[in-house]
Amino acid sequence: MNRHRRTFLQGTASAGLIATAIAAGLLKPGQVLADWNATGFTATKPADALAAIGASGAAESKDIAIKAPDIAENGAVVPVEVVTTLPNVDSIAILGEKNATPLVALYSLTDFDGMLATRIRMGQTANVRAVVKAGGKVYTAAKEVKVTVGGCGG
Amino acid sequence: MAIAMRVRAGSGEIKVLMTHPSENGLRKDAKSGQLIPAHFVKNVVVAVNGKTVVDGQWGGGISKDPYLAFKVKGMKAGDKVTVSAEDNTGDKGSVEATAS
Repeated sequence: MNRHRRTFLQGTASAGLIATAIAAGLLKPGQVLADWNATGFTATKPADALAAIGASGAAESKDIAIKAPDIAENGAVVPVEVVTTLPNVDSIAILGEKNATPLVALYSLTDFDGMLATRIRMGQTANVRAVVKAGGKVYTAAKEVKVTVGGCGG
Repeated sequence: MAIAMRVRAGSGEIKVLMTHPSENGLRKDAKSGQLIPAHFVKNVVVAVNGKTVVDGQWGGGISKDPYLAFKVKGMKAGDKVTVSAEDNTGDKGSVEATAS
């Protein structure tokens, strides 16, 4: 059992419920999806979201690079790539700091090899922040993306 | 309705592309002015030869037609890559590929 990963996921569903679901044939072992961190994904402030995923107090790190456009013409599709040289990466979270709900993605990782890319929505010009847990510590880096047409509605 | 998706694997990299509206529940329909209900992928799991390498959770801030790419150590040609996903309405999808 990977203790850091467990802490980060902050699971809420009981193991008993999952076992019942397996017994009932609803879920096959090996296909059990992670719990969804409702507190983190519905938090409206970046600090609250980071607290919910156990990633408060992250240290700024030069070993994390965020590749994203300087100016995103369409906030609905902003490509974000996180590249890190940190060893033993346990998880990566991606936040759009001024989004209505800043936490966009949270990945638990095994055998990670330094690069993860995804596409996010951004409502307005803001920092895109990556928070990396590695070797039991939390590191972070951010990059500002100017958004000319927001992608979060309103 | 099943979540449609594609996966490509090779040279230590796995790429996943899904077809999904990924509505965050905050956007309004241009015609009616009504809020469009939230409909987005919440969980995505990628495994290589049955071992989970990415256990991901997504919020409504993921773009339409979600995309995920990452590098993984030790993947070889012939390895079996599986992706499964579930959205907030309980729709599921899964796909398999062989690494090149």
